[in-house]
Amino acid sequence: MADYVLETPLREDDVRALRVEDTVTIHGTVFGMRDATQIRIFDEGVPPPVELAGSVCLHTAPGVRKLANGKYEKTSIGTTTSTRMDRFVPGLIETYGVRAIAGKGGLLEGSVDAMRKFGAVYLAVVGGAAALETMQIEEIEGVWWEDLMPECLWKFRVRGFGPWIVAIDSHGNSLYRRVQEEAARRMGFHGYQQT
Amino acid sequence: MEWIYDRIESVGCELYLRALKDIPPDVREAIAKGLAAETREGNKTAERILFTILENIRIADEHDTLVCQDTGIPIFKVRIGTRVQVDIPRLESCLRRACERATAEYPLRSNSVHPLTRKNTGTNTGRGIPVVKLEFVPGSDRIEMHMAPKGSGSENMSFLKMLNPSDGTRGIERFVLECIFESGAKPCPPVIVGIGLGGTSDLAMALAKEASTFREIGSVSPDPEIARLERELLDKVNRTGIGPQGLGGATTALAVHIEWAHTHITQNPVAINIQCWRGERASAVIGADGTVTYG
Repeated sequence: MADYVLETPLREDDVRALRVEDTVTIHGTVFGMRDATQIRIFDEGVPPPVELAGSVCLHTAPGVRKLANGKYEKTSIGTTTSTRMDRFVPGLIETYGVRAIAGKGGLLEGSVDAMRKFGAVYLAVVGGAAALETMQIEEIEGVWWEDLMPECLWKFRVRGFGPWIVAIDSHGNSLYRRVQEEAARRMGFHGYQQT
Repeated sequence: MEWIYDRIESVGCELYLRALKDIPPDVREAIAKGLAAETREGNKTAERILFTILENIRIADEHDTLVCQDTGIPIFKVRIGTRVQVDIPRLESCLRRACERATAEYPLRSNSVHPLTRKNTGTNTGRGIPVVKLEFVPGSDRIEMHMAPKGSGSENMSFLKMLNPSDGTRGIERFVLECIFESGAKPCPPVIVGIGLGGTSDLAMALAKEASTFREIGSVSPDPEIARLERELLDKVNRTGIGPQGLGGATTALAVHIEWAHTHITQNPVAINIQCWRGERASAVIGADGTVTYG
């Protein structure tokens, strides 16, 4: 259980060093996206208008206030349940080179596999801790696809975003799987698969 | 009594914001107890998560800001004294305007969309939203308002099963544990588990929502048999080891609450509604003289 501080963009070596239960604090850039953003990328086939290689992508649709100069000011930025967007994760990693997904609620085995193959991790943000996250996000630096408001593609500048727990590493380990298997054993649920 | 409508609207608006910013004292206390338990167990990950949750609550207090970005689906429970003269459809439109005002003035993220087109109304209101539940209190001259902005991560973890009478208490326990297992990390544990037992299918769901969202942690069912089941289920849910944020630990639930009704001889409905650790709710009383008391 080691604590890491990483600067974006992340390199493969950075994420390969991480193991489940380590913590990571991020300095630099984090991209925000949610259901509608990824439906546009993957189901409608529109490539993201910004380079995502080496990036950290956060599952969020922020609360914002639009300013007179067209920029956006944060009001409340938190994290949403990742499992809903699980099917997009392998594509983000393989096609666009994303190195870390930050979210809550975990991801399923297909994503764990993609993380192992291509070198990426899942960072478990504490769900509901938006007051803290909003403080750690310094500024909204960019926004694309405003027609999807609030599910646009967002670029945040962060300072000390974390510490968040490595819940899936790039070696095939998932803390969610471990906890579910143990819970199934304790409850006497045999062969019960989480859906 | 014209003033009463202004009061209902302004109190409704204030309660929406308070519920999003200020975590109730019973919830804070339960999280702190969970933190102490994880420290005793020596579970560093669970300890860190609960510490972060308390830190987040402190920051929201200090900066007078939202605890969580999910501004929820607004739900009002209004208990109206039978001696209060109030027009109910007007009261309902006041509560709708209260949500619209809170959303525009803060500004809050609007979550209210059409179920097919997914078009957002932008106001956190819409057809059937806010949800308004009315109760009448014999002989009272006051209006009691309770508000909960129910977040979706936990609301998505809602379940109903029509059990057979022969399934007995064991069948109820089994279903609850299956749902907790199925929910895993998704509803932001440690959670409050609301169970609606008996009634019809719709009544069971309504009772589950009352149990998860409007009951205080530490409150115990007045029925001794039900109270015993609440205690036993809390113990069993916590022994799953799912823990804070589903990453392992002894604190999966802060409370298990059961609300019940009689049911049909052939059936035993069990409904489950989960509330996240935020346990968001706020309340106020509007007195006969127009004074407002929060909390």
